[in-house]
Amino acid sequence: MAPPPHRRPGFSRKAQYGLFATYVVAIAGTIVAALLLTISVVDPTGFSALRAFGSEVTAPVARVINDARQSTQAITHNVSAYIDAASKNVALEKQLKAHRSALIEARALHLENARLRGLLKIADEDAQQVAVGRLISSTASSTRRVATLSIGRNFGVERAQPVRGPAGLIGRVIETGPTTARVLLVTDSENLVPVMRASDGLPAFSSGLGNGLVLIKPLNLGESPFKVGDIIITSGNGGLYRANIPFARVIRKTSDGALGLPFADPANTPYAVVMKPYLGEARAAQQALAPDGETKEVAE
Amino acid sequence: MKIPVSSIRLPTRPGREYESRFDREQSMLKMLAIPIASMILASMVTTLPIFSAGPLLPPFGLLMFLSWRLMRPGLLPIWSGLPFGLMDDLFSGQPFGSAGLLWSLAMLVVEIIDSRAIWRDYLQDWLIAALLIIAVLLGGWWFAGLAHVAPKPEILFPQMLLSILLYPLVVRICARLDSWRLAT
Repeated sequence: MAPPPHRRPGFSRKAQYGLFATYVVAIAGTIVAALLLTISVVDPTGFSALRAFGSEVTAPVARVINDARQSTQAITHNVSAYIDAASKNVALEKQLKAHRSALIEARALHLENARLRGLLKIADEDAQQVAVGRLISSTASSTRRVATLSIGRNFGVERAQPVRGPAGLIGRVIETGPTTARVLLVTDSENLVPVMRASDGLPAFSSGLGNGLVLIKPLNLGESPFKVGDIIITSGNGGLYRANIPFARVIRKTSDGALGLPFADPANTPYAVVMKPYLGEARAAQQALAPDGETKEVAE
Repeated sequence: MKIPVSSIRLPTRPGREYESRFDREQSMLKMLAIPIASMILASMVTTLPIFSAGPLLPPFGLLMFLSWRLMRPGLLPIWSGLPFGLMDDLFSGQPFGSAGLLWSLAMLVVEIIDSRAIWRDYLQDWLIAALLIIAVLLGGWWFAGLAHVAPKPEILFPQMLLSILLYPLVVRICARLDSWRLAT
């Protein structure tokens, strides 16, 4: 391709200076961008207002397309339910019979548990839900795993509130706009979740890997005690996430922990419930002493 | 002798039902708005309900930006990496200023290449775009890692491959838009 015409401005001084000025502006622009980047590295929430503006502007389109997407998914689901319906029905009826007695026992246990708690006078802080919304988009091209929620401050959504879907924990709110909020998914590397194994309450920590999986490490380091298929639930430690929210299933054992696949798939969750922080008051007192994100790891 | 303006008469001609096919002007608005709008809309692709487990969606804003720059040298001013990059930062989820800086640097790099390798063919442009895409994605990963905890860089490989393979498609879209832009 031939060189662009502006490269040789001829003998005109004005044109030569004009060309020179564009280079000056370009380099000045690079420096400005570097300064903006430095500010956002030092204070990651600094430009949240701008980002909120961006998601507010594009949210209507995303909402409409998301609704269309969800209804097409429902159609394909309904159609596929007809395939092999008779044998599925038989299998499901068998399963239902088997589960019915387990369900009755679970109900009895629940009742007994409530009575015992009443005897011990344990006041359980209710995990009240703040609002129900939908995930309408995600940062699919960035290494960060952040999703946009269709509700915001207008519905009482605030920073550091946990978000869960029907299948399990989704993440926590990190930025809010008037009608949208941004949710840090559990698969983001920055999101640490205190969890435990459902079968025996083995305490562990989960951190995202950024590729849709989470790394689960037991608190007592050593040989990995996990088995493939173990169910991981939240433990309620730290006071942010309520206990016993389904979290992930172990799909591979590593030398000192396990890889888990979260139950809640952001692409497939029909709705997302924003909840009040579990043990909110205790957490507020703790945050007053040592806020999240300000205590940094000491470099060795 | 000066002619007073009021005495100038436009040549009268018989009224026509149709527009002249000769000597038509290109619309200035179209010439400017199409590249700008296409790049901004490409940056906004990430706000569509696309959910991926990892970073997989190609950075369409960057692809569009590089295609316009490499296909039409001289159309974008050399400082245009800053405004379009900052616009991309609003929607990408990266720390604000990361694309602003990386796109500005990419623009300067292309400018330097332009002054050395003047006559290039399409494959060389693709190679330049591929290297810049890899550099910008790695740079974005590094900047995100400065502000937040970052995952391992290996998870970027699929996105890099997909972006490089999608570049020719984006160039073709750009070329179509360009012919529409310059149509009279």
